[in-house]
Amino acid sequence: MFLRTPDSRFAFGLGIGAVCVSSILLLIFLFVTGEALPALKNVGLRGFLFDDAWYPTDESFGLVPMLVSSFVLSVGAILLAGPVGVAAAVYRLYYAPSWIRKPYRWLVLLLAGMPSVVLGLWGLVVLVPLIARIEPPGTSLIAGILVVSLMVAPTVTIMSESALEGVARSSWSGAAALGLSRESTLWNVVLPAARGGIAAGILLAAARAIGETMAVLMVTGNIVQMPDGPFSAVRVLTSNIALEMAYATGDHRAALFVSGLALTILVLLLSLTAARIAGLKNNV
Amino acid sequence: MSDSFSSSTERGRPHRIRDALLPVAAHLGTLVLCGFAFWVIMDIVWRGAPGLDWSFFVDEPTSAGRGGGIAPILVSTGLIVITAIAAATPLGLAAAIFLVEFMPTGSRFAAWTSLSLDVLAGVPSIVFGLFGSAFFGLWLGMGFSILSGGLTLACMILPLLVRTTEQGLRMVPDDWRRGAAALGLSRFSAVRLVLLPAAGSAVTAGLLLGLGRATAETAALIYTSGYVDRMPSSLFDSGRALSVHIYDLAMNVAGGDENAYASALVLILFLIVVNVAAMSISDFLLRKKVST
Repeated sequence: MFLRTPDSRFAFGLGIGAVCVSSILLLIFLFVTGEALPALKNVGLRGFLFDDAWYPTDESFGLVPMLVSSFVLSVGAILLAGPVGVAAAVYRLYYAPSWIRKPYRWLVLLLAGMPSVVLGLWGLVVLVPLIARIEPPGTSLIAGILVVSLMVAPTVTIMSESALEGVARSSWSGAAALGLSRESTLWNVVLPAARGGIAAGILLAAARAIGETMAVLMVTGNIVQMPDGPFSAVRVLTSNIALEMAYATGDHRAALFVSGLALTILVLLLSLTAARIAGLKNNV
Repeated sequence: MSDSFSSSTERGRPHRIRDALLPVAAHLGTLVLCGFAFWVIMDIVWRGAPGLDWSFFVDEPTSAGRGGGIAPILVSTGLIVITAIAAATPLGLAAAIFLVEFMPTGSRFAAWTSLSLDVLAGVPSIVFGLFGSAFFGLWLGMGFSILSGGLTLACMILPLLVRTTEQGLRMVPDDWRRGAAALGLSRFSAVRLVLLPAAGSAVTAGLLLGLGRATAETAALIYTSGYVDRMPSSLFDSGRALSVHIYDLAMNVAGGDENAYASALVLILFLIVVNVAAMSISDFLLRKKVST
């Protein structure tokens, strides 16, 4: 009855589309959790955290070494990409000659859109042999950190740029009236005012780093072990899924969905925090 | 804040060092970032270019991809991406139009949709792969197929598409809506004749960005559209995407590097074209917005 007019039918159709779109996330959670359930039941959190090692075919499901590797790799990548990304944003906005700004931005966007498999290829063919000269075989945690930091630095740059551009002009003129130099203004006024947006960018970059699969898979050697230095081979959670889904069955397959679920929740927390920080900044 | 102001006059020296450090750090950071970006791009061009010739585009791969070309892979990639765009476009447009034109701002449904899209945009691609293989592959029975891979990618690019369309629609001045209403246009005609054409370039930019994202994707495709490198005969066949081909050649095929690089160059060239087009459109939009 409420569909009598063409316009209400139109709105109804659009509404169905909107409901479909907004239910995709639920669907993902539903299916990943559903496939993970058998392992959550049979292995349990205790198994995933306290089993000695990852021998899924022998009922041993210790995820801790891979969790730690994922964590160390992301933190390392952020430690490199964070400062570099912010510095690159500061350069483009306040130091770059005007003719450089546009091509520079395109280069950053190009790097941001670089397929991870291409960066992985470069890492494998160029970077890994270089690292192998220091300590063979070269496929290592540090190779993963370098490639991933290159991937996420543009995220930091782009987010920092929009945060810095969002700082009110009046802050600049106020600081100029106080006789502050450009550097003092940046340190004392502009960077503190933009810290919310910059922090949000770094959190988003961390989320991308944790979720990154292909580039890491191609350069880190993929041995399941606790990382004991920058040159040790590691396997992260995402690579594990990509490597073992091909042949996993039963609890093993379900365990891979558990790690997928854990990843999603982790990334979700990071991006929600980022959105919250960025949102808080806007409300002030 | 006031503390740092006073300290900058009381203890001038350390701050002078700190102030001098900022431009140095800014230049250094930029140099590092651009240096690595150039290194990667030049490396791909340098090693990829020798393998690029006409036969590379039209030949079938031989001996697991070491020799021959990438014709079936290009076809599969095209089909996967077209499927993704074809599935995502109507859904994304419908959702964006509904949110902007038919929902009051601040409604609970709009807030939930926007939150879920933000989260969806952050879900790791390998998780999309898991979901795709469980939902499209197993539950809907598509198995390893181009359809299954394309639909998985559609879910992945939807947030981007909805967001850009939303922005495009919000840029249309309200006067145009009132004008359409005053002319007695139905909501449907107003959307079709006024709003969508006005937001058209934003939608196109969003589609191009989505196209780029879909073409660059690997992890979500390995367990949905699969590995098979033969020429696909329908959407229900498994087909190997270009990015999956690069991965396979680099990791699983000894001596596959040369063709991996050539494929990577093809992929990057395509992405540059798509992204430059998208960016020119959004630059154009920005100028139009400034001038009106």
